[in-house]
Amino acid sequence: MTTDAPPVPGRTAPAPRRRHGTLGDGLTLSRALPMVPAGVLLVGFMLGPIIYSLYLAFTDSAIRGDGASETSFVGFDNFVDAFTDADFWNSVALTLIFTVVSAVIGQNVMGMLLAQLMERANRIITFVVTSVVIAAWILPEVVAGYLLYTFFAAEGSLNTILTSIGLPGQDMLFTAPIIAVSFANIWRGTAFSMLVYSAALSSVPGDIYESAALDGAGPVRRFVSVTLPLMRPAIATNLMLTTLQTLSVFGLIFIMTGGGPARQSQTLPLYMYEQAFSYGQLGYGTAVALLLLLIGAVASLVYLRLLPEEDKR
Amino acid sequence: MSATTRTRPQGDAPTAKVSKQGSRARSAHVASTVVMIVIGLAFLVPLLWVVLASFDTEASLSVAWPDRWSLGNFSAIWNAETTFRPLLNSLILCGGATVVTMCAAILCAYPMSRFRFRAKRSLLLTIIFSTGLPITAIMIPVYSLFVQVNLIDSMFGAILFLGASSLPYAIFLTKGFMDGVPIEIEESAWTEGAGVLRALWSVVIPLMRSGLAVATIFTFVSMWGNFFVPFMLLLSPENLPAAVTLYTFSSQYGQVAYGQLAAFSIFYSLPVVALYLFLGRNLGKGFAAAGGVKG
Repeated sequence: MTTDAPPVPGRTAPAPRRRHGTLGDGLTLSRALPMVPAGVLLVGFMLGPIIYSLYLAFTDSAIRGDGASETSFVGFDNFVDAFTDADFWNSVALTLIFTVVSAVIGQNVMGMLLAQLMERANRIITFVVTSVVIAAWILPEVVAGYLLYTFFAAEGSLNTILTSIGLPGQDMLFTAPIIAVSFANIWRGTAFSMLVYSAALSSVPGDIYESAALDGAGPVRRFVSVTLPLMRPAIATNLMLTTLQTLSVFGLIFIMTGGGPARQSQTLPLYMYEQAFSYGQLGYGTAVALLLLLIGAVASLVYLRLLPEEDKR
Repeated sequence: MSATTRTRPQGDAPTAKVSKQGSRARSAHVASTVVMIVIGLAFLVPLLWVVLASFDTEASLSVAWPDRWSLGNFSAIWNAETTFRPLLNSLILCGGATVVTMCAAILCAYPMSRFRFRAKRSLLLTIIFSTGLPITAIMIPVYSLFVQVNLIDSMFGAILFLGASSLPYAIFLTKGFMDGVPIEIEESAWTEGAGVLRALWSVVIPLMRSGLAVATIFTFVSMWGNFFVPFMLLLSPENLPAAVTLYTFSSQYGQVAYGQLAAFSIFYSLPVVALYLFLGRNLGKGFAAAGGVKG
């Protein structure tokens, strides 16, 4: 029972005639009535705040201070402030590092690797390992944050293991916090990519590989010229979903490092939170949030270009 | 490899031929299994910590075999204030929001699945697009609006927002499953004079039960783990769900009792683990759907 995309005729082409008299008919006002609750919720709680944020970002709204008692329109000041704030650019850079390392490279490569291994490795081992990977994914974000904090902490598990095999200990939460939280996000998010890729792989017909093997293509060659092109839609979709997901990660980093030390792991969501609530600048925080949305939109457009022509429509 | 063929005396000429190819497949099999075990161990260590530490009253930050196994951590947090009330709040918040989401999603998916209308494709695309909307990015305006309409620290308000934020994905999943219910079965109900709601309730929903279970569990689990939304919208201690009290866990006791933190993490995580075990093989369904998203 997969969700088959509904047959989509061209915009002008007439929809295929249905035999059913009553059911296949067009939507009338009374028939649309069941859509009202969802519509009200989505307009009230999603569209409303989005439109409101377009206003808020251009004001000096604040929890305390000047903008608190009387909010006034400040034009593009918030955006100018952001673009001239070194801490903002620091957050942008960290967000890009975090997203590229943990989502684009980490989760995707690891997910693809596991999906490939699942097809070849011992069944029982596969079951156990995928269960562990999925367990990491379903745990609540705060729990995952604490688990990875203890793993990377100076007296944590990683150092116990490293010193026990004679390697020097690390203190990644202080020396390279953005790398530590990136690894944490790989740990937490790989299962999603693994499941998407494994579902996509199972729909690739096996005889394609056989004929490729008969033509003398080695495993690497088969992966590059058979698997990857066939999975391009799944890869593009998965890249988009994991990127959007990763751009908005807050709790994991908040628990592990709080954005520190000295803003070294302060990605945009944490910067936004700090500006809006620690410093009380709601208007400025909203402007940063809009810029975050903009980055997500640009990334999505890039991935859409990866989709094969026939899937774009 | 010849040894393996010889141990099977019934093996005739073709077997020898296969064993040459088979040996390459087998080494790939062994290599894949070894790599899999290594990855699995790396993923396992943090999980091992939470289990071992929860039974160790002297737990430290590092994974270690408890000197003395004890249930002391669990009994220390076995009280209303630390454990039961936050978990009950989580249940009210996420259970309530799941009910809101699924009712609205089913009602909304039905006309989308059954009737023709011009804006259908653009509506579906809008919904798919909004599944990717980073909720984190709209929390400041939501907070600001909630302050103005006095919904801050209201469980009801938080339920409605959490429910609305999960709606796009739930509608998308539900519509997909509903498309799989053949329209012919429903037609007979229509000819017997059943209305829209009646047909939906007594014909369509029973036929898509397993799909609905997947959508409901996905919705509930993602809410259960959500930290940012209740962290922003709920304030008073008696309203806070487990996600937020776990964050404040360390400050509550002054010095962090890692064993108790681990024990609480286990209590808090158990429901979602149980729900996933219940999903079992059906887990793939949601992913076939995710893979089917085409921009």
